[in-house]
Amino acid sequence: MGYSQRFDGRKFDEIRPIEAKAGVIKNADGSAFFRIGKTTAYAAVYGPRDLYPKFMQDPSKGILRCNYSMMPFSGQGDRVRPGQNRRAREISMVTEKALLPVVDLVDFPNAVVDVFIELPQTDAGSRCAGICAASIALADAGIPMRDLVAAVSVGKVHDKVLVDLDYNEEAYEDGPVADVPIAIIPSTEEISLLQMDGEISKEELLEAIALGKKVINQIIEVQRKALKDKYIVKD
Amino acid sequence: MHDLKQHLIKSFHANVRADGRKLDEFRKIEFELDISKTAEGSARVKIGDTEVLAGVKMLVSTPFPDTPEDGAIMINAEFLPMASAEFESGPPGIEAIELARVVDRGLRESKAIDVKKLCIKKGEKCWAVSVDIMTMNDDGNLLDAAALATILAVKNTRFPTYDGNEVNYKQLTDDRLQIEKIPVMVTVSKIGDYLFVDPVVEEEQNIDARLTVTLTDDGSICALQKGGDMPLTLDEIGKMIDLAEQKAAELRKLID
Repeated sequence: MGYSQRFDGRKFDEIRPIEAKAGVIKNADGSAFFRIGKTTAYAAVYGPRDLYPKFMQDPSKGILRCNYSMMPFSGQGDRVRPGQNRRAREISMVTEKALLPVVDLVDFPNAVVDVFIELPQTDAGSRCAGICAASIALADAGIPMRDLVAAVSVGKVHDKVLVDLDYNEEAYEDGPVADVPIAIIPSTEEISLLQMDGEISKEELLEAIALGKKVINQIIEVQRKALKDKYIVKD
Repeated sequence: MHDLKQHLIKSFHANVRADGRKLDEFRKIEFELDISKTAEGSARVKIGDTEVLAGVKMLVSTPFPDTPEDGAIMINAEFLPMASAEFESGPPGIEAIELARVVDRGLRESKAIDVKKLCIKKGEKCWAVSVDIMTMNDDGNLLDAAALATILAVKNTRFPTYDGNEVNYKQLTDDRLQIEKIPVMVTVSKIGDYLFVDPVVEEEQNIDARLTVTLTDDGSICALQKGGDMPLTLDEIGKMIDLAEQKAAELRKLID
């Protein structure tokens, strides 16, 4: 039988509707909202600012510190206990690593750039949505960057390689599922986030990543537009 | 005395605030319902640049042994570090705990939710209404914003499907959480001899005292909380409640 028709009717290489806005949190130095389907993410950037405790400071450059957090009512099922659980801590770390290659903090020794990511509602792909929002927020904060970073999940459901799995697809039970969140630096096409869980062959994995590279441009365009829209002078 | 505080007292004497408001005037209030599809009820409230989200999860839980026929209400607040450079990551600090408890008292004591109706099976199963308040941006008066977001989210709540065994959160029923009364909270602040409402951060940092008053539909007071380092006279408390009543009537029109 196989997975012939996606649950929500999308094509296999089609991402869910996306939306982005820069400058949504007034107190932050930079901020953004990013939505893909029913997954929504806010990111706020504070800094560069002094880093305490002092022993964490790096005199050669500033450090990037990301904090990913799901709001307690943002899960598909029960209430999520607030605070940092193991999952959130790991995602915070890989988010940092996904963004670090484009962020240049040599001019800010001993400082920290804090990125806070909050998700009010999720339908899979939340770490990718968080990275997309964070990337816009860092640019909005005026942090020196070589490029933006865009992220999307790719993978496999049953016999089909596809992009942007939603929750129903992640929970598919009639065949193997692979979820592969990736982040891409568009100017170099390098990959700064790669995780995967499930079951997939090497050929299918490479095919899935290639598919991700194809659709990532649509995301980058929306991110760039969000930044431009904030600074356009309206008469 | 702090320079900013002296300045505030001087301008309050002329009934002028930095943003042009009068002492008894709120900033523009905006709200939006259903901001999170994964919550059973949710709302966003903006008071000026202050922004708060509230989301409700309906949980099946065990009643407390001393109230076997009652459901439960739980309110939690997180002062997200996203909302202000002053807020730090970690478990809720005392400000967040106070806010959650004051909002909780207002909701609980107003009998807005009839906890008897949340009983599923006496002594065994009941619904618990769990509200999480998340600050998005702090420009003062998180208290009133949080209370408003909470009552709007609760009012917007629908029960998920429950087969007696498992809750299906993906399928909400048409059954709404019944709201019997609408509590409205107004915090009146005091700097020097001046009483005012809806402080921005700069004002809030310089208050001598504040009184948070929650009122029900019939005008009775259902919760109070005095804050700030300075005491209040009986006369001042009377005036603060008068001002709170007047402002609560305005806020109530927004909710209905």
